[in-house]
Amino acid sequence: MRKSFAVWMTFFCALAVSARTTKKKPEIDYSQFQKKLSKDEQVLHALDRLSFGPRPGDLGAVKKMGLKKWIDLQLHPERIKENPELAKKLQPLESLRMSQSATASAYPPPQLIRAVAQGRQPLPEDPIARAAVERQVRRFHIKKDGKDDSPMEPAVPLDQLLSREQIKTLRSGAADQKKELLEALPEDKVDDIVIAMPQGLRNQLMASASPVLRRKLLLANSPQQVVFYDLAEAKLYRAIMSNRQLEEALADFWFNHFNVFIDKGSDRFMLPSYERDAIRPHVLGRFRDLLEATASSPAMLFYLDNWQSVAPPAPSRRPAGNRPQRGLNENYARELMELHTLGVDGGYTQKDVTEVARCFTGWTIKNPQQGGGFTFNERVHDKGEKLVLGVRIPAGGGKEDAEKVLDILANHPSTARFVSTKLAQRFVSDNPPPELIARMAKTFQHSHGDIREVMKTMLNSKEFFSEGAYHAKVKTPLEMIASAVRATGAQVDYAFPLAQQIGQLGEPLYRKLEPTGYSSANAEWVSSASLLGRMNFALSLTQNKVQGVTVDAARYGDDPVETARQVLFTDATQQTRDAIARALLDQKEKNPGAPTPALVAGLVIGSPDFQRR
Amino acid sequence: MNRRIFLKSSAMAMVGIGSTPAWLSRALYAADAPSPRKKVLVAIFQRGAVDGLNVVVPHGEQRYYDLRPTIAVARPDGTADSAIDLDGFFGLHPSLKPLKPIYDSGRLAIVHAVGSPDPTRSHFDAQDYMESGTPGRKATADGWLNRALPAALDKTDPVHTSPVRAISFGADLPRALRGRNEAVSINNLNDFQVRDPRGASTFESMYANTADKVLNGTGRETFEAVKLMQSIQKQTYTPANGARYPNGRLGQSMKQIAQLIKSDVGLEVAFTDVGGWDTHVNEVGQKASVGQLANLLNDFGQALAAFYQDLGDRMADVSVVTMSEFGRTARENGNRGTDHGHANVMFALGGDIQGGKIYGKWPGLAQEQLYENRDLNLTTDFRDVLGELVTRHLGNRQVTAVFPGYDSPKFPGLVG
Repeated sequence: MRKSFAVWMTFFCALAVSARTTKKKPEIDYSQFQKKLSKDEQVLHALDRLSFGPRPGDLGAVKKMGLKKWIDLQLHPERIKENPELAKKLQPLESLRMSQSATASAYPPPQLIRAVAQGRQPLPEDPIARAAVERQVRRFHIKKDGKDDSPMEPAVPLDQLLSREQIKTLRSGAADQKKELLEALPEDKVDDIVIAMPQGLRNQLMASASPVLRRKLLLANSPQQVVFYDLAEAKLYRAIMSNRQLEEALADFWFNHFNVFIDKGSDRFMLPSYERDAIRPHVLGRFRDLLEATASSPAMLFYLDNWQSVAPPAPSRRPAGNRPQRGLNENYARELMELHTLGVDGGYTQKDVTEVARCFTGWTIKNPQQGGGFTFNERVHDKGEKLVLGVRIPAGGGKEDAEKVLDILANHPSTARFVSTKLAQRFVSDNPPPELIARMAKTFQHSHGDIREVMKTMLNSKEFFSEGAYHAKVKTPLEMIASAVRATGAQVDYAFPLAQQIGQLGEPLYRKLEPTGYSSANAEWVSSASLLGRMNFALSLTQNKVQGVTVDAARYGDDPVETARQVLFTDATQQTRDAIARALLDQKEKNPGAPTPALVAGLVIGSPDFQRR
Repeated sequence: MNRRIFLKSSAMAMVGIGSTPAWLSRALYAADAPSPRKKVLVAIFQRGAVDGLNVVVPHGEQRYYDLRPTIAVARPDGTADSAIDLDGFFGLHPSLKPLKPIYDSGRLAIVHAVGSPDPTRSHFDAQDYMESGTPGRKATADGWLNRALPAALDKTDPVHTSPVRAISFGADLPRALRGRNEAVSINNLNDFQVRDPRGASTFESMYANTADKVLNGTGRETFEAVKLMQSIQKQTYTPANGARYPNGRLGQSMKQIAQLIKSDVGLEVAFTDVGGWDTHVNEVGQKASVGQLANLLNDFGQALAAFYQDLGDRMADVSVVTMSEFGRTARENGNRGTDHGHANVMFALGGDIQGGKIYGKWPGLAQEQLYENRDLNLTTDFRDVLGELVTRHLGNRQVTAVFPGYDSPKFPGLVG
């Protein structure tokens, strides 16, 4: 009774504060944050918040190690032995390991291949691009006088490579027949076969193919999508399989905080380097390092247009006629303060935005289309004196002007408060108690922005392990799907369909257009389409209708109450249990003797209980 | 019998979705008929800041050609890559050919040099301001389209309100539809259900009864909407009058909105969006009829025209309005594109629209006439356009409640 009252109060609070930015907050009852959780609740809560959801056996393992010790270990991911299966899954996703210039050249678009094959364009100079184009061109033959959009015919047609039987199996055979056939294809013929297939067939076979073959199919169909595919798959595999769960949760948090939209121009191939080099190394490190890394990353410079920002030329040197004038671009300066550091009410003015933009002129990218790296272009840097948040930056400076800005911002009390608030919103509740935020902010300032220390303050607090925080957050689509896979111990052989599902539920990975990134606020994720999507996913998952994912429902017996407990790692609510009981009665009437464990598990995963963490 | 009470009774919930016979579903609506057919407002948001100057082309102004030596749309000359003349001064981008007949028949109105007075050129902020309906104010929690819904007919008996009064297409509920009134987001009409019949009634019971207030509220709305959708889902939809919707997301959303309107489920406002308009680079191909903008406009024009054609007589009750967060620079940049600007173009089409003309005072493109020396200047506030549609078309007279802080709107006279 106590628990459901607390739960009700928390939801009432969450509902009351579901508005986005309100100047006048309704009176909130923070007393629930003083009420301590039981030991068992603490363990479940820690797993819910620091990981992407418990897996069978996790609660026992954490209890055995000791909760404090487990949390401490998660705060030091380098001490955790990583899951070797994860490395195997990540191995084929090669674009994630490439340098930025390599990802820019390695996946030439079909138009380029066609142009080269038709002799309209020479082979690219860059060796990686050249090799990639040559590989493809060799396999096609195009009528030399063909029009721009004439189809490219494979040099060797499919019926010369495979028997009619084999082609029939590929098109319409059973899943395991397809798999078998694909695995048995001779090595020296595979590339030709892939090219010879029509696009539709390649798409269909993705689920049945081995990871290596899948890559070839993808490269043939949509080379421009390879980077996105790799990023999305890796994110899912890591969330589901990594032992360094807190690191993954924070990687997701910081990517959203310093969001970049993959579909903006060159960002298409800049993201692997961004995530790998600018975000991941610093997730538990120093905030100032994160600022430095993101501010100087080509991905961010491109996304928020700073790479084009230049000091406006003196009036006498303006170009004649109607040639477009380049000038100051304030986009990055604004978002740097509003979204990355101080927060919208952090105390900066429009004038500060302009001054910060002036400091950042010259921070640009060499050859963005070819994946060049950061460069400071002194010629376009505004060398005048600037005044940023009351601090004078003397004239005559260069790259260090922006460095000084980053120092000012990193040390500003509003930044400590804003960052602490965002962390608490993700890990504690949508409306965290002000005292907790104040303590975290204090740690932030005293430790000079040491994220690990701030996390410690938060995770050691009574507010974290309180009734007020327990089950206070609604899972985001990523969290819902990852936790469902983890909770059921499902085997994932092909993660991309899961990423697509997450998109359907409203959180297409790497595709948040706005620099705010995806919010973790409950109100963002509770829409009709999203809820229905979750219910449908839940039932598909446990009945093995989700491509690439296998659940062994035999692990669940015939007792629905017990099944619910296994999936939720705690007791289901009365309402959920009652609804399931009625469903089973209904089933017994309609379909007596039919097994129900998969259905029950699916109903639990789609229930309101499972949507909370 | 009161439809909503009937739906909400636990006995009904037990019978479950999927086992409600179709005749019964229809009977439930018949019980409400004849209710006055509601007016419908459809809002389409072009995300990314569409280049209004190349959409409705001021071909009568030489400066347009001076400012855009490589990407301007040619003066009307009858060829496929030149502007389609509208009134001697303005013309349509050639890819919007399907809209010309609607303009000629007086049912499509264009407003030029319209937009938000807020100076922001941030996509995010500007979209936020346009959807919340309060430019410059970040604290507004709800959206104009939600506030626009007229109060339920009978205040003491809210049960006559349809659970699908307000719909948006897409997984997330957009800002514009957040607020007090129920609004439902739909990815796809036919998918708007719990596919497995064994799960439907169980989930409904769980969400209707859960103590989780956040999930309970939306859960109930969702299932009420699902039940309503069932009768629609059972029928295959054939657009009327030979209308053919383009394949992309916009076309399919418009088709489903048409389907919902014709199904008389009580739809009043609908929202959908289309992205990709942020053409900083290579906005125009080798000629006006090819390239990024042309492709987008092709799809856009076909979707609107198909919708108009499909609805036929029903357009008498329907208005469609389009908007974008801001326009683009008057001058082309060095990359055959344009950058973020200020004022833009809005379209309004419908049965009670006084179309066949271009509204708004044209500010001109001379250097001193440009906003901040770079963008089309604003002469009409977007709230004037939306306000008139909300007041005169939808019938919600409380326009200052719909656009708080905007006390003296000047309606352009779009609605007749």
